[in-house]
Amino acid sequence: MLDIGAAFATAFALITGFDPALRQIVALSIAVSLSAVAIGTALGLPLGAAIALARFPGRRAVIVVLNALMGLPPVVVGLVVYLMLSRAGPLGSLGLLFTPGAMVIAQSILILPIVAALARQIIEDAWAEYEEQLRSLGALPGRAVWTLLWDMRFSLVTVVLSGFGRAAAEVGAVIIVGGNINGVTRVMTTAIALETSKGDLPLALGLGIVLMTLVLLANAAAYALKETALSRVG
Amino acid sequence: MVRAASILPLRLDHLGYRVGSTQIIDDVTCDLTGGSRTVVLGPNGAGKSVLLRLCHGLLQPTLGNVRWSGSFSGDPRLWQAMVFQRPVMLRRSALANVTYGLKLRGYPRADRIELARTMLDRVGLGALAGRPARVLSGGEQQRLALARAWALDPEVLFLDEPTASLDPAAARAVEEIIDAIHREGTKIVMTTHNLGQAHRLADEILFLDRGRLVERSSAAEFFRGPTSAEASAYMKGELP
Amino acid sequence: MNRRFTLALLLALCAAPLPTAAQDKFIVVASTTSTQDSGLFEYLLPIFKAKTGIDVRVVAQGTGQALDTARRGDADVVFVHDKVAEMKFLEEGYGVDRREVMYNDFVIVGPKSDPAKIAGTKDVAAALKKISADKIPFTSRGDRSGTHAAELRLWKAAGVDLDAVKGPWYRETGQGMGPTLNIAAAMGAYAFTDRGTWLNFKNRQDLHVAVEGDSKLFNQYGVMLVNPAKHPHVKKDLGMAFIDYVTSPEGQKTIANYKINGQELFFPNYRKERS
Repeated sequence: MLDIGAAFATAFALITGFDPALRQIVALSIAVSLSAVAIGTALGLPLGAAIALARFPGRRAVIVVLNALMGLPPVVVGLVVYLMLSRAGPLGSLGLLFTPGAMVIAQSILILPIVAALARQIIEDAWAEYEEQLRSLGALPGRAVWTLLWDMRFSLVTVVLSGFGRAAAEVGAVIIVGGNINGVTRVMTTAIALETSKGDLPLALGLGIVLMTLVLLANAAAYALKETALSRVG
Repeated sequence: MVRAASILPLRLDHLGYRVGSTQIIDDVTCDLTGGSRTVVLGPNGAGKSVLLRLCHGLLQPTLGNVRWSGSFSGDPRLWQAMVFQRPVMLRRSALANVTYGLKLRGYPRADRIELARTMLDRVGLGALAGRPARVLSGGEQQRLALARAWALDPEVLFLDEPTASLDPAAARAVEEIIDAIHREGTKIVMTTHNLGQAHRLADEILFLDRGRLVERSSAAEFFRGPTSAEASAYMKGELP
Repeated sequence: MNRRFTLALLLALCAAPLPTAAQDKFIVVASTTSTQDSGLFEYLLPIFKAKTGIDVRVVAQGTGQALDTARRGDADVVFVHDKVAEMKFLEEGYGVDRREVMYNDFVIVGPKSDPAKIAGTKDVAAALKKISADKIPFTSRGDRSGTHAAELRLWKAAGVDLDAVKGPWYRETGQGMGPTLNIAAAMGAYAFTDRGTWLNFKNRQDLHVAVEGDSKLFNQYGVMLVNPAKHPHVKKDLGMAFIDYVTSPEGQKTIANYKINGQELFFPNYRKERS
């Protein structure tokens, strides 16, 4: 019978003990997921906003596909990126397989559609409110994209956070392209998978508690930021 | 103010706008010249707001056309501005809202800020320049919208029911600003439901009913006694 | 203003030093989850690194997958335990210089209640026959690993046609040794495992060793360099340094020194003449 008490005790001991192995894993998890979030949002926000404002044949199909891609299975992304980065694959000479770089690439691919699809919805709704005034002032659609992205920045923080949550929580992609190598590509989720497979369930659960605490803190921080800023700026 | 080139007169030529099976604007022909304050009156659903948007280029006519004077080059929209019934403010300071439009027109930074501050002072919002625009009251936001439009030095200012959402004091402040803008040489084209306002502000009246331009006359003549049946009914309060 | 600052911050975070390829000396070794789960690498590799400065990055999969990874050229060295598959790998020309490094043994674990009544027997063939005849729950890895291949060979040697008698009692998990043992523990089933993983396994619940000691349960580990002729980017010198070390007297002694609860897991058996 699984001892939840043991799990919490293990988690507490891990955190307070500043176990160096744990620190390294946590630092790598954050670095990989934040990098992927940075790339995913840098590409996804303008993409989503552009689709929101543009009118072209097939636009509705593009939106449906984009929304569907939010549900990309991480293992599938992992497999495809693995085949791309393998020495036997087209990008093998980059030597990125089994490195954190590969993990960042895979997670960026997971995050991009989420950010783009959610941003599209938010910006499209905003455009309905702003369109006439912005066009009256002479803002061309290209310019309006950036104006709206900045104006909706507080709602978009939630979008970025969704992307981060997705990255921090997934294991399927990073375990395939990273190889779960000790000290190099082992992150929180893959470490949990490993400890579970070794039967060390209290440790696995302890790591899980640490991971969820991190994600919770990120969410709380973003919420606080949004609330205080929104009340000040309207 | 004397302008080097002018986008006026504005020529509406058999203008039509249709959505689905509804003809919202029906064969409107008229010329709008500079100098005067034109007020568009009419019952609900007459098409007043749509007419303004067709003139300003926010909507494309389905029939006929909107022709600005050919004596200038470039985009006629740059010499116009519009204020809507509900002001749309960006999530930034009042000052930044005004400089936004100036930046779009290529004013250098120092000039933008100075011009924006001047405009805010002129509408009485000088002290609120640094305040986030969205926390201002409805009346303050509408004055800010006017400052924003005024800063662009438009030759034509369109206003769509600008005081409909405001209390009387705020409405008076807005009317005074519109007056000031006009005195500096901007043509005013405005819609309103408020007959008292039309009395105060109009030089000429365009009366629309169900998308057609039914009557056009000077304000004095119109208020003495409208000649069309629809306008008479409206003035008696029989049309919504 | 704010926009530019946030963007700069994000870019700085990206540039934060992430260990990517080609920094210090390292090799990628494709090995098996059983070997990793035994904890051997955590013990051996720091010693190797201190001695040579070479970082060994172990990607742990099933033997079949590990060899496929090497076939694609995504590893420099393979370290697995399935002689038949290794020889095939060698014959196909993907590997060179195969050396036998160490051995351990397999055991069959099962619930203390011993529903198949095989506890304590040394005859693995008889035990397997009994399990299949009585249809006692049994979990198999079913994942083309060295362990799975050995298990299948033992069923065959016991004269049991697995495909014919397979039923709900025979559970294929398709996963590594650890998850398979987790499932066996939860279900109260028997399972076939290597002793290394078993000794390091922490979720035994009701399971204990039921069958051991049969000579057929011998599990040989071999190491090979991925053929540089097929994959020129393979780090030949660093890879050979690792292979030379684990087959050197010093390396072999280190392997023997790895113990759990005073019990040695792997028995070094490199002989220069054999291959």
